[in-house]
This record gives sequence, structure tokens and C-alpha cells, in this order.
Amino acid sequence: MEWGDDIYKAIKEAGVGQVAYVPDAGHKRLINACIDDNDIKAVSLTTEEEGIALSAGAWLGGEKCVMLMQSSGVGNCINMLSLIETCRFPFCAFVTMRGQWHEFNPWQMPMGTTTKQALQTAGCLVDEVEDPSDVGAKAAATIHKAFVGQQSSVLLLSQRMVPIKTFGK
Amino acid sequence: MSKRAESFPLHRREVAKTLLGAREDLLVVTGLGSTNWDFTAAGDCARIFPLWGAMGGAVPTGLGLALAQPSKRVLVATGDGEMLMGIGALATVAVQAPKNLAICVFDNERYGETGMQTTHTASVADLALTAQGLGIRNTGTITDENELKAELDAIINADGPVFRTIKVRAEPLEFVLPSKDGVHLKNRFRAELLGPEAL
Ligand SMILES: Cc1ncc(C[n+]2csc(CCOP(=O)(O)OP(=O)(O)O)c2C)c(N)n1
Ligand SMILES: [Mg+2]
Repeated sequence: MEWGDDIYKAIKEAGVGQVAYVPDAGHKRLINACIDDNDIKAVSLTTEEEGIALSAGAWLGGEKCVMLMQSSGVGNCINMLSLIETCRFPFCAFVTMRGQWHEFNPWQMPMGTTTKQALQTAGCLVDEVEDPSDVGAKAAATIHKAFVGQQSSVLLLSQRMVPIKTFGK
Repeated sequence: MSKRAESFPLHRREVAKTLLGAREDLLVVTGLGSTNWDFTAAGDCARIFPLWGAMGGAVPTGLGLALAQPSKRVLVATGDGEMLMGIGALATVAVQAPKNLAICVFDNERYGETGMQTTHTASVADLALTAQGLGIRNTGTITDENELKAELDAIINADGPVFRTIKVRAEPLEFVLPSKDGVHLKNRFRAELLGPEAL
């Protein structure tokens, strides 16, 4: 999942100060890069909705925050996204998709198949990427849309880009 | 239903006035509901970011702000109901351990805004103990004027994160409302803190 390095590069180039996350296997490489970076405050959350409010607070203080989560986490965010929409806070998230491509776990299907609509209904602009060579450009554009365009901006990272999980079966 | 909160000695509007007045550069995030009206009554101003919704979001909002502005003191003042909805955020705060963040829960043991139904603190839940258990070392509960006086310096100046439950009377009060325009509330706060060029 070397494409994580491309997102990391986009995060660094944009001067992002806080990266909030609930771990997902697809984000492992990127999360570790952020934890190892002394100029990034890596904030481990107990639930994804914290990251929405954290992003708003960071922006109140003049800092950019980016969120990393998986598609099921989007379901935990819906009401908190009202803070972003009502106050027109910039918001930026990278969501690794489940329930899309050779999904082993049926429990990932309900959110995996509705993530995009749920985010759009909650006022987010959603882009998707399935080709690893496109991640860098799309990551930079997603971050630009959030903090320069001042939008709620989310990039969905296709499950096709992460190794198929089989739980040893 | 436990009625003890109806005779708690501390009045929330006085507590808010004391906290807001204790440090003129204090940055305040309030939860939705009564703490919003309390701080608005204490002095509606640009260094307060009052939430009207986003229940459970007051502490993480304050955390993002505190991490972004480590040289500024940040106070999150919220209700017991709001705190319970986002209780895990206290563990997130404990891990980040921002020295400049204080959290005060105005605990009237009620969902005040929605008809004064009892919250979990009216019977069994102890928020200061919970904060301690989630990793915040400097915690405690304030129940009267003398304790508030004694603890004020810790809330306003001590190395954080600081957490205090402040037991306040469950009482009906008049609404004192700030602007409900979220864009305005955000912009006035950022202009005050970061200067007009931030807009
Ligand atoms: C997600 C969500 N659930 C429920 C409500 C309804 N609601 C508004 S204020 C409130 C109670 C707040 O209680 P507390 O934080 O203790 O505030 P206080 O007692 O100080 O008014 C509730 C349940 C809401 N606004 N949002
Ligand atoms: Mg209450």
C-alpha cells in the first residue's frame, strides 16, 4: 500500500498539523508515517465522530486537520458532520473502503455500500480513486478542495487497492 | 427521581461568570444547551465558541483548538449529558495530554434543555472518577463556593489536562442566546484569535 506514501506527501506539502484516525488496515502505512513525524500531531480517536469535532477545533485555532478512517467509521460521523455544514468548516478525510471488492466480512457491507451516499447526504463532496497511480494527485486535490476551496472534502480509497483480507480462510 | 441537585449550592450562571472573568485571554468552547446560555450571559464575546448542536463534540473541539494553539489557555465548559455522549474523548485528551486544556462539566444531573430528565450522574455515574480512569490525572469535583475559589487557579492556570465536575443546581433559568449563525460564530472566533487576515 505504497500509495499511503503519496497521501503522506500531499499532507506534508499542505502543511497539515493534525492527523486524526481510527485505525484501518488499509491506512496502516500512512498512520505509522504520521505517528513517526514530529511535525504532525497524530491523534488516535476512540470513535470517528471525535475527529470531525477535532478538525473543527483545529481550524478555529488556525491549523489544518486531516482524518483517516474506514467506511464503517463514516456511519459514526453523521450527526457530527452537522458542525462542519452549519459552520462551513473546511473538512478533509481519506476513507478506506470495505464492502466493495472481494469482501470477506458481510458486516462491512451495510456501510461499505452506502458510504458515498451517506457522506453526500451529510453535505460532503466525495471523490473516489481506484488506481494507485492516481492517489497522489487526488489526495492533493482533496486537501486543496478542503482548505483552499473551504469545502467538506472526502476521498474514498477503493478496496481494490488493498490486499484481500481472508481471515486465514 | 433524585432531587438532590435541586438544592446544590452553586448557581451555574455565577460559575460561568467566575470562570470567564478569571483570565481575559481564556478561549472557551461550550457544549450545547445550558452552558452555551451561561457563558453567553456571562459575556457574549468572540473568544467563546458556543455549540448549538454537535452533542458529544465539545471536548474534541476544545482538544483540536488546544493542540493548534499550545500557548493559549483553552476551557471546555459543557453539560453532563453532553459529556456522557462523547465520554471516550476524555481518553483521547489524556493520550494527547495538552498542558493548556481544562474541561469543566457543569453537572446539574439533568438533561436540562430537554425537560430536566435525570442523567446517569443523578444516580450512579461519577464523571471525575471516569476522567481519572480514562487517564486524566488532574481531576476532581467541586460542590460549593469555597471549593470553586480554591480550585479556580488549577482550572485556569495549572498544567493540563485538567478536569473538574462542577455540581450546579438544577434550576430553571431564562434563555440568554448568542447568535445561532455558525459561520458567524466561527469567523468571529478566528478573527479574534488569528486576526482579520484569517477570514
Ligand atoms: C445527538 C443529539 N441527541 C439529543 C439531542 C437533544 N438534546 C439537546 S440538549 C440535550 C441535553 C443536554 O444535557 P446537558 O449536556 O446535561 O445540558 P444541560 O443540562 O446543562 O442543559 C439533549 C438530550 C441533541 N441535540 N442531539
Ligand atoms: Mg445537565
